[in-house]
Amino acid sequence: MSRKVTHHLPPAMLAQYAAGRLSYAFSVLAAAHVSLCRDCRDQLAAHEAAAGLLLEEAAPAAVSEDLLPRLLARLEEPAAPQDRQVEDGARPSGIYPGPVMMALKGRPPRWWHLGSGIRQALLHHGPGGSLRLLSVPAGRPVPRHTHRGTEFTLVLQGGFHDETGHFSVGDVEVADARLEHTPTADPGEACICLAATDAPLRFSGIVPRLLQPLFRI
Amino acid sequence: MDGAQSADERGTALDSQTRLLLAVRDRRDRAAFAALFAFYAPRLKAMLLRGGAGDALAEDVVQDTMLTVWRKAAQFDPARATASAWIYRIARNRQIDIFRRETRPLPDDAGREEQEKDAFASVALAEQVHRLRAALRQLPAEQRAVLESAYLDGLSHGDIARAKGLPLGTVKSRIRLAMGRLRRLLENSAKP
Repeated sequence: MSRKVTHHLPPAMLAQYAAGRLSYAFSVLAAAHVSLCRDCRDQLAAHEAAAGLLLEEAAPAAVSEDLLPRLLARLEEPAAPQDRQVEDGARPSGIYPGPVMMALKGRPPRWWHLGSGIRQALLHHGPGGSLRLLSVPAGRPVPRHTHRGTEFTLVLQGGFHDETGHFSVGDVEVADARLEHTPTADPGEACICLAATDAPLRFSGIVPRLLQPLFRI
Repeated sequence: MDGAQSADERGTALDSQTRLLLAVRDRRDRAAFAALFAFYAPRLKAMLLRGGAGDALAEDVVQDTMLTVWRKAAQFDPARATASAWIYRIARNRQIDIFRRETRPLPDDAGREEQEKDAFASVALAEQVHRLRAALRQLPAEQRAVLESAYLDGLSHGDIARAKGLPLGTVKSRIRLAMGRLRRLLENSAKP
């Protein structure tokens, strides 16, 4: 299953994921990449090993005397559905890794047409950023655009290339305000990507900027 | 190698917390669970207090974390993580669930390779963690404190910057420097 991934997450992002410091949108993207990339899975394990060692050596803080008896009394209590989700995560399905299935709440994506055959499914939108799936028909270019903030794009199906290189399944492209690009989907099959941003995307060609807040792209 | 030898070898290579967790996993050993609680609960609470939680909230997260340790022990694999790393991950999941009312997405296991299930992988992991522990101990106190902050403090770098009265960029670059130093120490310890 693990393919050879050539474009990875920035190393600091794995440390931030381990420490629980990423926004929801970025943590879905990071966990999805880790699901597809053996190197980053190993790196995340190394961060957690280091964190675990520092936890072992942390100066202890006294806990209430009744905490252990209260806990022991709860051991056979069945886990609530929310607990099970927190504890188990979600299984992958088709091209979607477990973290994406979780963001999809186990349902197929609800695609919206953006024009030129390009489709988008919004998975999350909040003050910390947005998360969406993008589908671009085989061989089709996405109108030239720039970015506000930082955007990570993880390929889930097919591939694309732009001015900076070629990206296939498992690869992540990091874009910021300095990158103005025209990604073009590979021939063969539609390119489906997961995109996480900490700010709205700025399209120049496809939807007038005035309408962007309405379309939330 | 026969089974008895491999069990013996694992028994001596693994740290004591990991052995306790295996007793919980394999025998549902409540005494081992109470020993894990005695070790981790005060340390997890210290981590959560560092992250800005009040006393009661910190204990709620500790309780949820340890309950999850009991429930999910069957999934613990010493070839993939030490007890401390595994419990740290669970505590972060629980903390995010309670503090942010968000479910942290977890990587799935679909891409794991068969070879990782090798019986001696847990010994290999224990040896690497041993080297990591040695490298952390060689780190200058100031840089070690930076890493403690990076892994044990609150859920944002902004929180850390505010607590330390430093600009966010300074916090991030100090973490990068400390990570670089740790990496070099590990590389040197790998040389014969």
